[in-house]
This record gives sequence, structure tokens and C-alpha cells, in this order.
Amino acid sequence: MTLSQSVRKGDRLALARLLTQVENDTLEGRAALAELFPQTGRAHLIGVTGAPGTGKSSLVNQLALHFRREGKRVAILAVDPSSPFTGGAVLGDRVRMRDLSGDAGVFIRSMATRGSLGGLAQTTAAMSQVFDAAGFDVILIETVGAGQSEVDIARLAHTTIVVEAPGLGDDIQAIKAGILEIADVLVVNKADRPGVENTERALKSMLELAHPTRHVFLHHGREMVVDAPVKAETKMWIPPILRTVATEGTGITELAAHVAAHAAHLRLSGDWAARERARLEAEMEALLVEALMTRFRAEVPNGGFESAVQKVHERTLSPWEAVQLLVNGRQE
Amino acid sequence: MTEKKIRVLVAKPGLDGHDRGAKVVARALRDAGMEVIYTGLRQTPEMIAEAALQEDVDVVGLSILSGAHMALAPRVLELLKANGQERVKVFLGGIVPDEDVPALKKMGVSGIYGPGASTEDIIREVRESVKG
Repeated sequence: MTLSQSVRKGDRLALARLLTQVENDTLEGRAALAELFPQTGRAHLIGVTGAPGTGKSSLVNQLALHFRREGKRVAILAVDPSSPFTGGAVLGDRVRMRDLSGDAGVFIRSMATRGSLGGLAQTTAAMSQVFDAAGFDVILIETVGAGQSEVDIARLAHTTIVVEAPGLGDDIQAIKAGILEIADVLVVNKADRPGVENTERALKSMLELAHPTRHVFLHHGREMVVDAPVKAETKMWIPPILRTVATEGTGITELAAHVAAHAAHLRLSGDWAARERARLEAEMEALLVEALMTRFRAEVPNGGFESAVQKVHERTLSPWEAVQLLVNGRQE
Repeated sequence: MTEKKIRVLVAKPGLDGHDRGAKVVARALRDAGMEVIYTGLRQTPEMIAEAALQEDVDVVGLSILSGAHMALAPRVLELLKANGQERVKVFLGGIVPDEDVPALKKMGVSGIYGPGASTEDIIREVRESVKG
């Protein structure tokens, strides 16, 4: 029996080994992925991202428990950073997920970024495909502690949860581009801490700037109402802002309900398919770039690239001209 | 294609709450370029074996300061074997009396380190065990 067949049969050791092959991008891993590919596209991929220490792992733990109560099989991919100096990593997300131990309907895999900068590792998408083909209903993907631009998760996940905590920044942080923009659901975790109203208000005002909704605000002590623009699309998804206390399990049912509502919205609006297609397109582009590079290296005569670099270094050729020369064999 | 990384599970079975040693070793292995999955305190042998399986590790490092190593180490070895992971190497750190060392080695523990052990020795022996 091949590795991929064992994985389809529910063999957990085979699944673990295949994940390793895929993570190391081996030929065996690629062959198995190709075999499994027709079985993918069924799972709901949920991304959980946010700054370090906002409680992503605890939230993933609670969400997994919730989905288990609904009878769903849950896979977790927890990404932590690799050291840029040694390539080593300490992957510590399991510490917060011990409630899930001993449940055969849960599979937790930790992975290091291995030099990737977008908040995920290069092979996180491929590994989620393995879980998908293995029949997991929900795949929770926890990114590294993300700052402002680690937004790869939005391309991979169907639903992206952005986790904030009280006391992390003012409303200017909230209108900057980046991580907040990718949120399908916004969570203010640690909501038992002081400052939760401020965080919530900052997020709310950010959303009001971005989405055409009915605004109610106090102006010189009087309540003013500004109706939403007439053109406003009623079908648009407006990210809800939810409060949770992950360590106590508070607010998890509401969070899961909104995640489910988002999935339903995606299916109804056709966005599910559109996101899927965009993701596959990006994946294919990356593979194409890699394949073209391999072919380029095989076809360009030995030392051709190095001598072009040398000429550029000596300033006898510009980088643009050098690339034209290498690709076309002549300058355009 | 990326190079094969050594993956190590560092776990603390049993009921003592002293995890400084485990953290020092985790950090040292990280600095040696390995990927260390840290699981935290008070793990049962079952939890450790399950984590070792899901993470497909090459090495399991146990930290035991409670004196229960003669019960916990063989149980972990047994469960790893039952899961089809007999090739996973098990290392042990903590307070282990000299007279227990031969018995533990015979059970299949690859290395045993007490107070004062150097992290360089641990790193070298972990690397060698995975190669062999």
C-alpha cells in the first residue's frame, strides 16, 4: 500500500510521515500529493492570526474542542518561527492544546517557518491539502505571531480570524494597512482585561471607515445617525467583532457561530469558489516559477549566469539588460 | 528541496514542576539548528507518545526529576513501539541514580544526562543517534 492510500484509510502514522515528506518537499511527498489532490477541496480552512501573546493557541484549542463537540474531525497546523541564524526552532503551541490530547478525532502538527516571511511556511498550504484529503472537516491554521504584514494566511484560509488583545495600540494602528484588513472575523481575546472597550472601539471605527454601514455616533452630546449609502451592497460580509476569554472558554460558541456564518456566506455568494480558484492560481504560479528556474539553470550554459552577475557587478551591464541577455540570448 | 531537519520532542512526564532543565535543553537544541517541539509540564506517557507520532519526530527527550524514571521511561518506549515508532530515539535528563543507568540503557534509552551535563555532549549524541 502506498503512503497516500494508508493516509486515506486513516492510518495516523502514515499521515504523520506523509506530512514530513511534504514539509521537506521530497519527490515522494510530491507524488503522494498528486495522488491525493482529487480528494482535496472539502475541508473548511480556518486561519487564526494576530500579534504574539494575544492568545492564538488557546483560542485554537477552544475552537477545536467546540468543533469536536459538533462531531467534526479537526486538524491543527501550528506555525512558529525558525531562527534566522541557526535554522532551529522551538515550537511551543502544543503547550496550550493539552485539552485535545487523547482524542483520535484531532491531529496537531507543529511546523517551523524555515525562512518564510509571510506568517506561514512554504509548505503549509500543501500540508493542509494532506489533512484535507485525509478527511478532516476543519483545518485550523495558526500563524506565527504576526505583526502587520504577515498576510499569507488570507490567501490560504477560507475564513481568517484576527486576534487582538486589549492594550496593544491605538486607533491609528487599526487604520493601517495589513493584518486587520484580512480579517473575516475579529476577536478581542483576553476580554476580561481592562481596556477592552477601547480596543473594540478602535476596531469598530476601522470597520466603519471601510464598510458602508449605518453609523450611530454622539456629536456634541446628541446622537447622530448616518444611514448607509444607498448603493451599499447588502450581501457584503462585514467582519463581526467578538469578545472572548480563551483560557476560560468564554465567547467560543459565538465565535464558532460567526465562523460557520462566514462559511455559509462564502458558499452563497460564490466567494468560496473564487477564493479557492485564486489560491490554486497562486500555487500554480509559484510552481511554474520554480519549474522555469530549474529549466533555466539546466539550459543556460555553465557559468552564463555567473558571468552576467560579474558584468553587472563591474557596471558594464545593467541588471535589466543582463536578464534580457540571459533569457533571449541577446539584448532587446 | 529543503534539507532534512532533526525534529525533537521535549516533554516532561510525571508530576514534578521543574522545567528549567527541559527549557535549557530545548533552547540548546534549537541553537544547534534542530526543530524542537516543546510540550510543557505534567505529560502522561500516552500524551508524549501521541505527540511524538503526530509530529513525526526523530528524537524524544524526557525530563524527569521526580524519581519515577524507572516507571515512566519504559512506558514511553513501549508506547512508541506500539505506535510503530521504534526507530525514535529516547533521551533522558534529570536526576537518575548511577545504578539505574545500565537498566535504562538496556531498555533502549539512548542517552542519560544528569546535573552538569554539557549541552554540547547532548547535541552531539542526539545528532549521532539520528544518523546511525
